[in-house]
Amino acid sequence: MTSSMMIFYLLAALLVLSSLMVVFQRNVVHCAMALVAALFLIAILFVTLQAAMVGVLQILVYAGAIMVLFLFVIMLLNPTALEPRRGLSWGFGMLVALLLAGALAALVSHNEAPADPFAATELFGAPESLAKSLFTDFVLPFEIASVLLLIAIVGAVVLAKREHN
Amino acid sequence: MTDVNLVPLLPATQVLLTALVVLLLDLFYQEGEKGLLAWVSLLGLALCAGETLFLWGSQESAFGDAVMLDNFALFFTQIFLGAAALTILSSVHYIRQAEIHEGEFYALVLFATTGMILMAAAKDLIVFFLALETMSIAVYILTGIWRASGRSSEAAMKYFLMGAFATGFLLYGIALIYGATGSTHLNEISNYLIESPEDWPPYLIGGALLLLVGFAFKVGAVPFHFWVPDVYEGAPTPVTGFMSVAVKAAAFAAWARILMHQLAPLDSDWAFPLWVLAIITMTLGNLLAISQASVKRMLAYSSIAHAGYLLVALVVGEEWGGLPLLFYLLTYAFMAFGAFAVITALAETEQSPEDYRDFSGLGFKHPFLGMAMTLFMLSLAGFPPLAGFAGKFYVFRSAVLSGHLALAIIGVLNSLLSVIYYLRVIVAMYMEEGGAEGKSFRQAPYLYIAIGLAALGTLYLGILPARALEWSRVAFLSLD
Amino acid sequence: MDHPYFPLLVLFAIAGVVVVALLTLAQSIGPKSISPVKADPFESGNPPRGDARIRFSVRFYLVAMLFLIFDLEVVFLYPWAILFRRLGWFGVIEMGIFLALLLIGFIYVWKKGALEWD
Repeated sequence: MTSSMMIFYLLAALLVLSSLMVVFQRNVVHCAMALVAALFLIAILFVTLQAAMVGVLQILVYAGAIMVLFLFVIMLLNPTALEPRRGLSWGFGMLVALLLAGALAALVSHNEAPADPFAATELFGAPESLAKSLFTDFVLPFEIASVLLLIAIVGAVVLAKREHN
Repeated sequence: MTDVNLVPLLPATQVLLTALVVLLLDLFYQEGEKGLLAWVSLLGLALCAGETLFLWGSQESAFGDAVMLDNFALFFTQIFLGAAALTILSSVHYIRQAEIHEGEFYALVLFATTGMILMAAAKDLIVFFLALETMSIAVYILTGIWRASGRSSEAAMKYFLMGAFATGFLLYGIALIYGATGSTHLNEISNYLIESPEDWPPYLIGGALLLLVGFAFKVGAVPFHFWVPDVYEGAPTPVTGFMSVAVKAAAFAAWARILMHQLAPLDSDWAFPLWVLAIITMTLGNLLAISQASVKRMLAYSSIAHAGYLLVALVVGEEWGGLPLLFYLLTYAFMAFGAFAVITALAETEQSPEDYRDFSGLGFKHPFLGMAMTLFMLSLAGFPPLAGFAGKFYVFRSAVLSGHLALAIIGVLNSLLSVIYYLRVIVAMYMEEGGAEGKSFRQAPYLYIAIGLAALGTLYLGILPARALEWSRVAFLSLD
Repeated sequence: MDHPYFPLLVLFAIAGVVVVALLTLAQSIGPKSISPVKADPFESGNPPRGDARIRFSVRFYLVAMLFLIFDLEVVFLYPWAILFRRLGWFGVIEMGIFLALLLIGFIYVWKKGALEWD
């Protein structure tokens, strides 16, 4: 077992733990905090996979911006502790989860894991190479993204702004 | 450095610029001047339509083949432009009465149209995905733009959640296909499929099936249809017309280009699921439409049923199904838009659904609306010599010719079933007395012009379909 | 041991040990005196009133949404800045279009008064 594998298993264990906490905590704010932890751990995983830029974006966008929105919604709705879910929807959820787990197990057993998962990612996620493909090969999607953001701005104002009178 | 050729983006850029101009003019116009915004939007759409006609026949690609301006893209661009123009014409009075912000409304219709045009031209899954989101988010907002109406907000919420769910399927499918083939580019993906036949990893098939599910959501095919009735009923009626015509056409355009054409080597894997999907979509759509009390909701289910007929063309496959698919979408655009436009004329209030009784005696009170609605209902039901008949005829003919006899028979039976609920509207209009509670109808000249245009289109495509059929054929053949 | 991120693992290990050690030490050797007054939340000497979690005004939501959108815009600027020299005028134009569209969004937000509190 190499040191990179040890780091991976440590991070993965913590990630699974914090993800479980997101689901099983009864207090919504605690769930949100566990989610922040999970997002940070994913960011670290990206960094260990040589994708430093994606890791930084993960923290900026998910742990930063999207979590702000999550917390705002929580503060707006101000929910009390959640009731434990039982009954039909719970059973259905379990069924879906088991099916997904089965699919995942089938996929994992079908595909041989590479001996060193970190070797193949050399320079792949380096900021320069990411920027190069974003701004040369994927210029068009990049520009469409700005249209998408503009529509989102219009939508936020149209749907959420308080009307006078 | 990059393969920059702006010609393929010309139609989309034209509409986008119009949207930006409308958005900015709205900020600087006084309240009284805002009526001009509709005309600015229509002018932009007309310019774009001119460009599209001028570019007809071109075969230009750019950005490393990420977009392709061929006759297929241009054909659909014309449908989107027409739908957007009719939507704007039919909403001028409506949005003023409902106190919807004019500038944002027109700008969002144009933004959505931009996304649709790019969707029909996308040759790269990332471009397709972003174009789809551009369209979808604009339409989510349009659904909820009537702030005073609780139904509108609820519909927007449902549409957004369901749409985001579908988006997840599409994106996951794209990711799996990328993982299997190493590219998001459709030409490279189809090269991979042709060069290494049968040596495909299982998640490639999984990715393709996820794409299928995502598309089925977007077009509202059973069993992914449950959002359709609520959203179509709750959205402002001109927006419902726009959704049922343009959004559906855009989704089918991308479906035809991506799954039917470029990923054609995989079709043995989804042929059966698609076959089942087509049958249950037609049948359930029609059965549920019969039991509806609201005309708007009935049309929502009828729109599901028509998605089922279109799925038949997809099952039939590239060789036979391409032309009927495109032609059907064209005919459906006129008749479905017209039907929703007549409902737009119904001066709706917040609490009351548009039920059949509101149409009692319409044929005598408003002969024009009555005639037009009769025309649209008969066309949707598939009576000759109207557009709906021609569209269905070519779809079912292609099913028979390609050996899908069962599908054709089920389709025709469904078509007969649909006569029940379409005729109910006509019966209400001409054979029932207008009740005291019958609602009034808007006196809206532009809306009447839009209805008239849709009626003309329905008649023209039914009586003289030859030219449109030729366009559809040329458009589908331009796919490479 | 030669992996570039091995120090990271060491850092995690030290951090874990320090946290556990400090908590156990404080728990075991620190003095404890518990009273109801001490268990109250500290509000500058005043007796606490109501719940700490009050409902926020819905107007914050619009601010949060707009923050999110413009934050995403900034995200694109970082990789662009790295490659700025190599992209040359092409890069200036493509980022110019991107920023122009968002500038229109900004003008829109400004003129609509969405940045004002009421």
